[in-house]
Amino acid sequence: MASEEPLFDPSLKKRKKKAVAFTEDPLGAEADPTAPAPETIDNTTTTGEAVDLGPTTAHEQMKMNGDEGGKNEDDEFKAMFGDMKKKKKKKEIPMDLADGDSGTSTPAAGASAPAITEDLDFSDIKKKKKKSKKAALDMEAFEKELSESKSKSAADEEEDGEVEHNPNLDIDDADLENDPFAQPSDVSIGLDLGNEAWLSSDRDYAYPELLTRFYSLLHAANPALLSSSSQKRYTIAPPSIHREGNKRSVFANVTDICKKMHRQPEHVIQFLFSEMGTTGSVDGAGRLVIKGRFQQKQVENVLRRYIVEYVACKTCKSMDTLLTKENRIFFMSCESCGSRRSVNAIKSGFQAQVGKRSKNRPA
Amino acid sequence: MCSLLTLHLSDPFAEEELLGGTQDVGSGADYIHIRIQQRNGRKTLTTVQGLAKQYDLKKILKAFKKEFACNGTINNDEKLGEVIQLQGDQRSKILDFLVENGVERPTIKMHGF
Repeated sequence: MASEEPLFDPSLKKRKKKAVAFTEDPLGAEADPTAPAPETIDNTTTTGEAVDLGPTTAHEQMKMNGDEGGKNEDDEFKAMFGDMKKKKKKKEIPMDLADGDSGTSTPAAGASAPAITEDLDFSDIKKKKKKSKKAALDMEAFEKELSESKSKSAADEEEDGEVEHNPNLDIDDADLENDPFAQPSDVSIGLDLGNEAWLSSDRDYAYPELLTRFYSLLHAANPALLSSSSQKRYTIAPPSIHREGNKRSVFANVTDICKKMHRQPEHVIQFLFSEMGTTGSVDGAGRLVIKGRFQQKQVENVLRRYIVEYVACKTCKSMDTLLTKENRIFFMSCESCGSRRSVNAIKSGFQAQVGKRSKNRPA
Repeated sequence: MCSLLTLHLSDPFAEEELLGGTQDVGSGADYIHIRIQQRNGRKTLTTVQGLAKQYDLKKILKAFKKEFACNGTINNDEKLGEVIQLQGDQRSKILDFLVENGVERPTIKMHGF
């Protein structure tokens, strides 16, 4: 439960993270098999400890630069996303990002100091962006910064400029071109899509190579795939709960919320009652009167669980779904991806005997 | 006959039988449900449903009662089997207790607000 809940927080912060995770998935799928297991584990632990200390990580990276080519970018990005990782609970994400960009760098031994500091600035911006809710404003500023840094670093070294790209936040044409080289195993000689060295060679294609190629082509063909999913966010007005009398709570905007979720109020109410183990009724104004004292936070938690269970599409995480009943079974069909699945009936489970037994006895 | 026998041996549902053989499929047999129920006033009940048969419910109940300092009982429901019922809102404590004692976290579902 704890793993599911935060992902579907209607309060905006957490939802945003989820969206980000979603966009990065394509790269993540390929990232795992290629990355050497023990080393990546080491990296995660070290960066997990060194969370926000920008300068120290920079030094570390300088040292690392001397040692190895491919790994140091990993570290940079993990350092950047060190704090994000903790919040997200999804282990793969920072790794994905790292892998997504590590391949772009080839001879990072010659990485110049200004480039690295730029990296760090960039990370700061990115963090702010993640935290702030005004996506649009920040996006612009972010893109400005990005273009600046890009041009600068392009003057220095091409590879470093590519390292600074954030694959999920903006999808320029240039970015898409560079994406295929996000793969560490890729030979980073060719600069175009069709130019991978392995394409012309006779050897069998490795799965990760083909996968990167597929995703890069896909995203090149329709960039909307990534950007739209990161921009869209599902928000619901928080439930307005107030007390009526001493032992009743009124859930005033239940109909609005149901409308927003495209669900029958009866279904939602049934779920609420069975989850909260209580009863209630709908009054004349369409408000839900719940027996017992409940706070807004509590009802919000239950609603969140309802969304996870009955609104969010399990396949594409979209909220654009419809619930229909056929032969006493509820089916949820997704409007955006077209998947269709049956959902559990609402069960209240065991109901303990409450109150006088004589009342329950049939007269 | 022989082919039938081999078929039976490689039963794809063998795993499920291991998990909760006697419980019927429809009742979501593999989950432990921790629920809360309103009583009068501020009082609540907590029910634990779907504990595996291999455990001795009486002993678990005794541990619960001692640990949480509450009373409780075992209810025998004809559909849902034996259900532990405790006084007060003990959901998070029960969850911690079960996880500490080796029940897999994903098999537990905590309901309520």
